[in-house]
This record gives sequence, structure tokens and C-alpha cells, in this order.
Amino acid sequence: MSGSTPLGYLDAAGARAAAILPLTWFMLIVSIAVCVIIGAVLVRGLRGAQANGGAAETRSVGVSEGPSGIAWIRRGLVLSGIPLLIALVWTMVTLAAVSGPPPRPALTLDVTGHQWWWEVRYNGAQPQDTFTTANEIHIPVGVRVLVRLHGGDVIHSFWVPKLSGKTDMIPGQINLGWLEAAAAGRYLGQCSEYCGPQHAHMMLDVIAQAPQDFERWRALQLKPAIPPTTPAAVRGAALVEYRCGSCHQIRGTLAAATGAPDLSHLASRRSLGAGLLPNTPGTLAAWIDNAHNLKPDCLMPNQQLTGADLSDVLEYLELQR
Amino acid sequence: MKAVQLRAPVVGPDSVAHQARLLQWWEAEGGLKGFFGSVDHKVIGIRYIVTAFVFLMLGGLEALVMRLQLAGPDRSLLTPQQYDQLFSTHGMTMIFLYASPVLSGFSNYLWPLMLGSRDMAFPRLNALGYWIYLASGIFLYTGFLTGNGPNDGWFNYVPYASRPYNPGLNEDFYSLGMVFLGIATTVGAANFIVTAFRTRAPGMSLDRLPILAWGTLTASFANLVVVPAVSLAFLMLWLDRQFGTQFFNTAGGGAPLLWQHLFWIFGHPWVYAIVLPAMGMVSDGLPVFCRRPLVGYSLVAISTVATMILGFGVWVHHMFATGLPGLGMSFFSAASIAITLPSAVAVFAWLATIRFGKPVITTAFLFFSSMILLFVIGGVSGFMTASVPVDWQLTDTYFVVAHLHYVLIGINVFPVVGAIYFWFPKMRGRMLDERLGRWNFWVMFIGFNLAFLPMHLTGLLGMPRRIYSYGPEMGWTTLNLITSLGSFVFASGVLLLLVNVIRSWSKGQPAGANPWDAPTLEWSVSSPPPVYNFAVIPTVASRHPLWEGRLSSPTCSSLQEGPLLDEGRESLGTSAVEASPDMILEVPQDSCAPAVLAAGVAGTFSGLILKSEPLVIVSAVVLGLALLWWLWPRRQLREREPA
Amino acid sequence: MTEELLVPSRSLPVGPIGRRGVGWWGVGTLVASEAALFTYLLFAYFYLGATAGDGWVLEPRPHLAVALPNTLLLLASSLVAWWAERGVLRARRAQALIGFGMATLMGGAFALIQLHEWHTKPFSFGTSSYGSLYFLTTGLHEAHVVVGVLILAFIFLWTALDYFSPRRRLSVSAGVLYWHFVDAVWLFVFTTYYLTPYLGFGR
Repeated sequence: MSGSTPLGYLDAAGARAAAILPLTWFMLIVSIAVCVIIGAVLVRGLRGAQANGGAAETRSVGVSEGPSGIAWIRRGLVLSGIPLLIALVWTMVTLAAVSGPPPRPALTLDVTGHQWWWEVRYNGAQPQDTFTTANEIHIPVGVRVLVRLHGGDVIHSFWVPKLSGKTDMIPGQINLGWLEAAAAGRYLGQCSEYCGPQHAHMMLDVIAQAPQDFERWRALQLKPAIPPTTPAAVRGAALVEYRCGSCHQIRGTLAAATGAPDLSHLASRRSLGAGLLPNTPGTLAAWIDNAHNLKPDCLMPNQQLTGADLSDVLEYLELQR
Repeated sequence: MKAVQLRAPVVGPDSVAHQARLLQWWEAEGGLKGFFGSVDHKVIGIRYIVTAFVFLMLGGLEALVMRLQLAGPDRSLLTPQQYDQLFSTHGMTMIFLYASPVLSGFSNYLWPLMLGSRDMAFPRLNALGYWIYLASGIFLYTGFLTGNGPNDGWFNYVPYASRPYNPGLNEDFYSLGMVFLGIATTVGAANFIVTAFRTRAPGMSLDRLPILAWGTLTASFANLVVVPAVSLAFLMLWLDRQFGTQFFNTAGGGAPLLWQHLFWIFGHPWVYAIVLPAMGMVSDGLPVFCRRPLVGYSLVAISTVATMILGFGVWVHHMFATGLPGLGMSFFSAASIAITLPSAVAVFAWLATIRFGKPVITTAFLFFSSMILLFVIGGVSGFMTASVPVDWQLTDTYFVVAHLHYVLIGINVFPVVGAIYFWFPKMRGRMLDERLGRWNFWVMFIGFNLAFLPMHLTGLLGMPRRIYSYGPEMGWTTLNLITSLGSFVFASGVLLLLVNVIRSWSKGQPAGANPWDAPTLEWSVSSPPPVYNFAVIPTVASRHPLWEGRLSSPTCSSLQEGPLLDEGRESLGTSAVEASPDMILEVPQDSCAPAVLAAGVAGTFSGLILKSEPLVIVSAVVLGLALLWWLWPRRQLREREPA
Repeated sequence: MTEELLVPSRSLPVGPIGRRGVGWWGVGTLVASEAALFTYLLFAYFYLGATAGDGWVLEPRPHLAVALPNTLLLLASSLVAWWAERGVLRARRAQALIGFGMATLMGGAFALIQLHEWHTKPFSFGTSSYGSLYFLTTGLHEAHVVVGVLILAFIFLWTALDYFSPRRRLSVSAGVLYWHFVDAVWLFVFTTYYLTPYLGFGR
């Protein structure tokens, strides 16, 4: 399809989505054909009909038994049965191909849906190789990634259309999904189970990278926070630990709370507010000062930081690549 | 010991004296008692239809406001909370306060007239159903109008509907209101079932029933056994919210999926219940304008029942993305694909009836025939969502929104409008204007398709449901604009219907008993019908009593002579399958007990939401006393007679 | 030409005779609907029990000392109500009055004993989903029992007022049908909550 939209799924960029496409197109084409045929039959049936009729015209046409017409029902059922049967069998085959989680995944992520952000945990072989980030997932190209889905508060749904169909994140159970990107690129995801007022702004970036680029990113994420060098940044770091640290975590600092998105290496991320804004100093400043202006019901209280304090905080955070 | 009271009903022709005697027993009371106490199915039926249309308008306005918000990217006409209450209330209104009640209204009005009877089996229960519907609708809208409308969609998933995430009154209004409304649905279903099996005209065997009767009967059986599931779910939600129970709270061993199972076990049969009666109206009305009987009557009747039976086994297709095991989902996927077949029987029957008939295009015909195409469009999008892996992309996008509007507007609204054009003359004794009807049809048809056909593409391009705004970079801008424009065109079409009805109410061309030269019993009495429906109880010999001379039927129905039943307020009870007479029914008089009972129920629910114990207690007492008044064995109804 | 299905030579009963009246069918539909309600309650029990972890059933060996005799009492009351209905059928008012009086008292006793049993439970409505389901299910059943006891009481009153005869007794039959239904439901509820844990469910 020309001009594919960010969340459109008539084109796929990953194995799990691509496997569904032929069946989807088949059903779509059959559906359109059926509508056209029925429309044509309907119109043809009206040939010779008395147009612009009313009660008088109705009465004037005599009533008669007419042919039984049952053959049409029989024929219609048989003809309909054929695409239905094909779709049924094809569905079972496709379902088998896409459902099962990968048996030995190279990478396992735990993604938890919260109102209105995504918590992403990368599991490593050792505890020190495990780290958490938020709202942005990086995966190596061509590798099957197991995604374990958790509901943090209410039901959310994990959906990255170009890579996979959606799977709900339900509190009390762990659902499994998997992703495999065929080519490097940025793929948009969006929560797709209504989860409250900001459901519309709970988006997700999935960035598929060449394996060595992915490893470089992972190594960077595992590094602790970059220490401040300028006096402003030092002041900023103190403010961040003190203010932000009551809800957020930045690995390698005293900010170690886990109720809100992990802010480690915040400056390396593409967007803020779960896909709401591009990540620039200007938008970050606006967000910190008055998040509710931008995302009305989000759970982050307005910090009302201004002037020197705000620029100090920004200087420190912009360091965290 | 008293002898058993038996009477051979006097059989004879109608006469002026006879009608005078009937009027004596059946004449409606005037004033307040007459208004609040009427148990006449015709009055109740029209009340249901009018009230349902008021809710249709309200739901439509809610939709239009949402479409203004979505007409372009990043608009801020509405706050997220306002939008969320709008989409939830819109769904609740259309599905619960319009779609089912309007069909109840038509069925209530038409059944006794089509079945050759003088009223439904339970006239007072009928009245109760209406008052409860009205009161629960007002209850639900009180929530909405005070800013406490439902805000979690019409299917209301937990945990978002639970107290920690939804502390206001919104979900309490919805929960209590739905339990309240469920009472009306249940008593209505009970009434239809008993009426269908016990009060038909002699000779109206099951294979002579109008398809509307098959449709409503099937829907009623379904409603009777699935409404308790949703009432239970809402009761459990309310208890979780107000009394700290743990039905849906994972920390206490509850499960969010319990809600979904209970809700959809109800929800799926419900959506068949709101289309099968409408399909029945098409099956009864379309052949009239094709000047021939319906093709494949038996197959259509059987497929109505088969569709509903299969409909009990597909509910999980609303839960394909919830992580259920593949094997289970496969079964439901197969059933959801298979259900296309019985529901398609009617489509082929209608197409064949048109092709092998001599169609006359009237406004009613336009609505009845265009719905065939809309039905198929809705059906194929349903077919697509029936496949689990495909549904994993389609579900929760605008593709499903397009699907549900095609099936609901195409298979409920369009037939209902056709039914208005078809049966308004019977109800009011006046014709609707055909020219205005043409405009009504084309504006509605074009507007509807303009709004909803592009929506399939919007869904395929990834637009999720229930979002109050979207960015300009998403690629949905033009499509949303078209949909918004189309929705306003569609709304003006509906307005034209209103104009037509209001103008024709008193100024339409007078209609005779049978303006369309239609075959069924309701067209054998005057328009509007006398209060007692039939002066003489007809004896039926075929499906098309008024066409018998012209079709190859060997026997004729007897419409001029039959049981007179004018020695009281009487109707005939007949056997279940063959409709042979087996008793004379004493029909209850007008009574205010149902209205008082409904008030007691309303007071109870109001007390619960206001957390007022005194109100609950007083209302419960009123409720109990009204019930006692109603059920006290009455001599005049032969419910008692000492040994 | 008319099909001779018709009445002309046949006498028909006027009003409901015995069980042949629309009211009987009406109570039948009510029973169907309420049976469905309890089916869903039991579905919730088995669904949550099957998907929950160990120890979901808070009482792995439910105490039968009170519940079993109480169940038998309820079943006996159905028998008594049936016997009372036969009294009406045979125009034996004394039998009917004694029967309905006793059935009312037995039903009332069941309700009171049930209330007492609730107080002895170590868990409450809000303890867990098991507790919530136990009390909701038995609570809704109890509500149906209370309504049934009221119905029996009114049948007793109306019998005392000499309202009924063998032919005109639809209210009696419909009311007794409802009472039998309430007892039948209890059998299912009792089996589910009190017996299936012994068979290993929900351990």
C-alpha cells in the first residue's frame, strides 16, 4: 500500500505480522467481492420494478405465488460455504504459526502496562545485566524476542501493528507475545484497550537495530548515570535526586523509586510522555514544569520548577544519553 | 362442589350490538388512571417506540458531538473525560435504551394483531416492562446529565471500572441502572414467550407465524437466560465497589476475565436479540412489496433459531486478544465463521423474493431492501474478525466500529424505519408522505455510507477505538473528516423521518384497513385498530390469510365469523403447537399496580445510589405492597373460587 | 370454507383451571431466568476456583453439621408443600392449611439457620473471591427463600380465606412450583460449595 500509516497493518515489517497478511488480504478481497456481487444481484432483482410507488401502485400489482426460489438459498449457502471453509482452515494454520511463543528466545522482555506509560525490563543472563527503561523498546533485527506482558493497574493492550497483532496486558496474569523485525527501523505501537482518559496518548516506540547497534545501545543503558561536571549540572543532579527520586529511578544515583517511568539515559529517548512529544530540551522543560498542561490526567504532579532550578535540572538530564 | 365453569363461545359474525358490548368491556379509561394504568398492548407498544426514538436522538447527539471532536487532529472541543463519558453513554443508549426497546415496541404493538388475539398474555406485566424501562432510562441519564455517566465503554471492563480507578458515581449509576433495566428486559421476554405459545388465533400453527414472531420469540428465549449473566456481573461490580468484595480484584483472588466472560455470555446473544426481530420485520414487509410470499419461509424460520443457538457459542470472539489458550479460541473462531451460514439464509431468501416477485418501490421497500446490502457489508466485516489471527490486528480499531455500525444500523435501524413507513398507517390511520420518504431514505442511506464505509479503511490504517484525539501524522485526518461529514448528513436524514412522522401524525392521508394490500391479520382490522383488536376472533388457515383467494391455498381462513367472546373482557387461549382453542382467557383491566411497582423499584435503586437507607426501605415496602395488590387472587379473573 | 378446528361444538373452560393458565407458564419463565442466574453464579465459582492458585477454597473441608440437616429440612419442606397442594387438589382444607403452615415454618427455619451458619464462618464477604462468591450465592439463594416463605405464607392466608378449590388454584400451584425451584437450586449450591471440596476441587 502506498503511503502506509504509522499504525497501519496492511503492510508488515516483522514475521508475526507478515504471517497474517495473506489471510487478511484474502478475507478482505472475498468480503469486497461478496458485497459487490450481492449489490449486483440486488440491483438486478429490481430490474423492471415499479419505481416511485406508493400504496396505490402496490395495490395495483397483483399478488401471485411465484416460483419457489428455494434453490437460491441452497445455492447461496453452498457458494458461501466455500470461502468460509477456506478461511477456517487457513485461520487454523495461521494461528498455529503465529501464536506459540518462541521456544528459545534470544531476548526476553517484561513489559508492564501502566496508566499511561510502558515499563520495559530487559532480562540479562546475570542480575547486573538486567535493566529497566520506559516507553521505548529496542530489539535486534531478525531475532525473535519474547515479550511477557503484565497489567500494572488496569487492562492495557500491547500493539505494534507492523510487527505483531495485539495482546492484552491483564492484571493477575502474564500473557506472552513475540516480536521479530525483518528490517531496521522505528515502529510505532499504541495501547489498544481503553484504559482511562489518556488512553489516546499511550504510545510506544519499537526500534529495530542491526545486532551490533543493539548491543551498543544495551551496553549504554547498562552504564550508570553520567556524573555532572558543571556547577549547574551538579545543582541539577541534586534537585533530580531529591525531587524526581520520590517516584522515578535513575540508575547510578540516589533516585531509586519504581512507581513511575525509569529515567535512566532519558536523553537517548525519542519521545516524552509515552509518544506524546518529541524529546527536546524545550518539551522536557514544559513537561517537568506542568505535565498536566500537556497530558491532562497523567499521574505526574506539576513540579512548578522555573528559572535557574529548571535550567539546572535540564542541564543534568540532557547529559544522560 | 361447584360445577366447572365451561362455556362454548358463541360463534357468529360481527354486528353493531356486538361491538357495543365489546366496547363496554374494553373501553379505555381516561384521565390519570387511564394514562398510568393502561395495559393495552397498542398503547404500550407506541410508548416503547416513542421513548426509544427519544433515546435514539440523544444517542445521536452524543455521536455528533464526538464526530466534531474527531473531525480533525488534536482538537480540544472536549476534555478526555467528556469524550469518555460521551462514547460510553452513546453505546449504552443505542444498544440498551434504543435497539432492544424499539423492537419490543413493534412486537408489543403487532403481536396480538398478527397473532389474532386481543392482547398479550400478561397485559399488566407488559405495562410494568415499559415503566421500568422508562424509569431505568431516566436513572441512567440522571447519571450522565450530572456528569456521572458511564465512562468505561458500554462493555465496561474491570479493573478500570473498579473503585480505585473510578472513584466517582459513574460506574455506580451504570451498574445499578443496568440491573434495573434488566428487569424490564426479562419480564418482556417472559411475556413474549407465553403469548407466543398460549394466545394465538385458532389455526395459527407454528408454521404460520409471521417471521417477526419467530424473531422476537427467539430473542426472548435468549434474553430470558442471558440477561441474568450481565445483571450478575453488574451486581458483582457494584458489590466490589461498595462493599469491598473481591470478585474482580486480583489481589483478593478475583479475575478481570470473569467480568469479560459473564458480560460476553450475555453480550453476544444480545446482539442477535437486537437484530433477529428486525430481520423478521423485513421478512414480513418485503414480500408485501414484492407481491408474493417470502421465499423459503421454513428455512428462514429455522435459520432464525439456528443463528441464535450458534450465537450462544461464540462469545469468546470478543476476547481473542486476552491470552486464552489457542485450542479454545479455535473452537470459538470456527463457530464465529460458521454462524455466517444461518444468518445468510435470510439474505438469500430476501434476494430471491425480490428477484422472483414483482417489486414496487415504496419508501418502506427502499429501507427493507437496502438493509440487505448493509447487512452483507456488516456480515463480511464480522467474518473477517472471526479469524483469530486477523482479529489480533482488527480488534479494538475502527474496523470493528465500522462493523458494529453496519450491523446495528443496517440490521436494526434501517428495518425499523422501514417498519415505521409500513406500519404507521396501521397505528395512526394515516399514511406517511412518500415524497418526503424518498428524501428521508436517500439522505440516510448516503449519509450512513459516507460516514461508515471509509471507517473500515480508518481501522485498517490502525486507528484505535476510544481515543479522544489523534495526531496529524497518523494519516487518518481525511478519513475522519469524511466520517464526520457523513454523520451529519445521516443525522439530517433521521431528522427528515421525524418531520415526516410529525407532519403525518394528524395531517397524513387517511389510510384504510389495508393500504398496502398486505396478507397478515393486522391488516384485516381498521386503522387504527379498535381497542379490542378483533371483534370476531379469526380462524387461520394459512400464512397469508388476506391473500388466500389469490394464492394456491386449499382452505380459507375465517375472518368474518368466529368466537365473539363478548361476555367479559375475554380472549382465547390456544395450544402451543397447533393453536387449537383450549380456554377462554379473562384479560385484566387497566391497573395502576404496575406503575406503582415500577415507582417502588425506582425508589429502591435511587436509595441505593444515594446511599439512603430510609429511601430503600420505604421503596421496598411500596414495592411489596404493589406486588401484593397485583397478585391478590381476583374473582373477576377467575383466580379464585372457593371449593 | 373454514377449517373445522374451531370451537363451535366444544365447551371451553373459562379462566385458569388447575395448572392450565398463563400464570403457570409465567412462573415457569421466571424459574428459567432465575435458574440461569444461579448457573452463572456456579460458573463463576468453578472458573475462579480452576484458575486460582492453591488454597482458594477457604474451607477445604466444609462443616456439614449444620448445612446438611438444614438441606434436609428444606427438601422436607418441599415435600410438605407438595402434600399441602394435594390438599387443595382434593378439597381438603385442613390438609392444605396444616401443610402450608408447616412449609412456611420450615422454610423460615431454614432461613434463620442459614443466617446463623453465616455468622459461624471464619471468612467474610470481603475476605477473598471465595468468600465473596460464597456469601453472594448463598445470600441470593436466601433472598429467594425469603420470598418463597412469604409466598407460602400468603398461600396459607388465602387458603384460610377459602379462596381456592381443586380447579381454581393456579396461585397455589405456581407458588409451590417456585418453592420447589428454590429447593432444587439449593441442591446445586450445596453440592458445589459443601461437597465438591471433598472431591478435591479448589485445593
